[in-house]
Amino acid sequence: MKRTGEKIIEVALSTSGLITILTSVGIIWVLVSESFSFFQVVSVWDFLTDTQWTPLFTQKHYGILPLLSGTFLVTAIAILTALPIGISIAVYLSEYAPKSFRKSIKPALEILAAVPTVVYGFFALTVVTPFLQSFIPDLGSFNALSAGIVMGIMIIPMISSLSEDALYALPKSLREASYGMGATRFQTAFKVAVPAASSGIIVSIILAIARAIGETMIVAIAAGQQPNLTADPREAVMTITAYIVQVSLGDVQHGSIEYKTIFAAGITLFVLTFVLNNISFWIKKKYQEKYE
Amino acid sequence: MKHIETKNVNAYYGENHVLKDISLTMKANTVTAFIGPSGCGKSTFLRCLNRMNDYIEGFRKEGDIFIEGEDIYDKKVRVEELRQKVGMVFQKPNPFPKTIFENVAYGLKIQGVKNKKILEEAVEKSLMKSALWAEVKDQLHKSALSLSGGQQQRLCIARTLAVEPTTILMDEPASALDPISTAKIEELISELKENYTIVIVTHNMQQAARVSDKTAFFYMGELIEYGKTKDLFTHPKHERTENYITGRFG
Repeated sequence: MKRTGEKIIEVALSTSGLITILTSVGIIWVLVSESFSFFQVVSVWDFLTDTQWTPLFTQKHYGILPLLSGTFLVTAIAILTALPIGISIAVYLSEYAPKSFRKSIKPALEILAAVPTVVYGFFALTVVTPFLQSFIPDLGSFNALSAGIVMGIMIIPMISSLSEDALYALPKSLREASYGMGATRFQTAFKVAVPAASSGIIVSIILAIARAIGETMIVAIAAGQQPNLTADPREAVMTITAYIVQVSLGDVQHGSIEYKTIFAAGITLFVLTFVLNNISFWIKKKYQEKYE
Repeated sequence: MKHIETKNVNAYYGENHVLKDISLTMKANTVTAFIGPSGCGKSTFLRCLNRMNDYIEGFRKEGDIFIEGEDIYDKKVRVEELRQKVGMVFQKPNPFPKTIFENVAYGLKIQGVKNKKILEEAVEKSLMKSALWAEVKDQLHKSALSLSGGQQQRLCIARTLAVEPTTILMDEPASALDPISTAKIEELISELKENYTIVIVTHNMQQAARVSDKTAFFYMGELIEYGKTKDLFTHPKHERTENYITGRFG
């Protein structure tokens, strides 16, 4: 009796594992097969080099560059916002803050990551953009800057929390060695602790970048919907994710070339985040061996 | 000449009274050993001498400590400057995950020394003094973590010497090392005595007998006996000291 019970549990557990794997395989299969038929119509060369993305217009262009530039521009703004703040928080919590404060403030920070992204989107559109417009007069009501900043706020806890874990895991003896030679807390934090925890910090940044690249609602709401090959954060841009939303919500005919563009865009996005995740995995593995 | 003098030092971790009324003096260019069973307060007392306990939550100290005539807990004293004068070597070798050169140069760099020539000279001099130069002179830019435990500990000593302290505190510096590395560290301590005042905490009584001029025996936060090492080990005045050094408890 007990043996059958064990068996059922084992089968149930392995099935749930299998379902996850099958789902991933299915997603990749759909992405690859649909984009394969897309690339039979549009050459990969055109896709990667054309500087216009207008699949929904009569004059059709299928250059992914404007979407990529939009994605990278917003991501860069987000990282520029989140990195200094996130690292400062991590250093403060692990090197300066009393233990009790650290314990209560860390979960509080992580709440930032729990806010629904659609709320962030409207926050960007209705609060941050008007605020920024008060000192950047030629800022459009849809722009990369405000979406990027708000996205940065969203990913602060990813950077601060993971970096803080990396810093906190360092042996206490390392800091004592530095103090013992007459270093200040600041010197100890930035010349010893941060470099020693750099692999963990870099991993946190890469994961945050991957998160930012994949983020959809904020950019769909606040960044505008214009494929725009620009590096000017004041302009409206369209990210890969925002494009997919736009087409998915519209009345594009199933199976048409316009429909297939979202899979081509999707696979580009997938490759980006896949590569980033692998880099972070590789860094983690390579440098983790160094410490006992 | 009195190099270190403590007057009625009491210390607490929260409610715990860990050091009780410790008064003693140490002369310049001597080696003083602190011995006693685990938890007797010897490490805490050592760490009072360069204010290493400052960052520990709930730590409190009463009484005065003078080093070279200066009250080191005075408000005017910058703790960073104090620690440049009173260096410290720890129980486990704790080199930074940087190169050998960077480890030794660290103390000077944080003081703002940028001149490459000065740094190179200081690194060489310090590694010579810690008897490590011959072994590492061709691999200064390799990671310090690639060295053996004994070499790492001598690197940590070199790193401490580079800031030119007058006093070196050693907290069981050889307890994590093999006998040969331990012998090298002990030899080094005897050499360094010429130029530095050394205070060493040790669990190893033979080590205390071998390297130190004076020995202090701590028990339950109290200083039970303090005197010349030779006298303390051959004619202890207190029964507790005798029991401890003969291995009857501890």
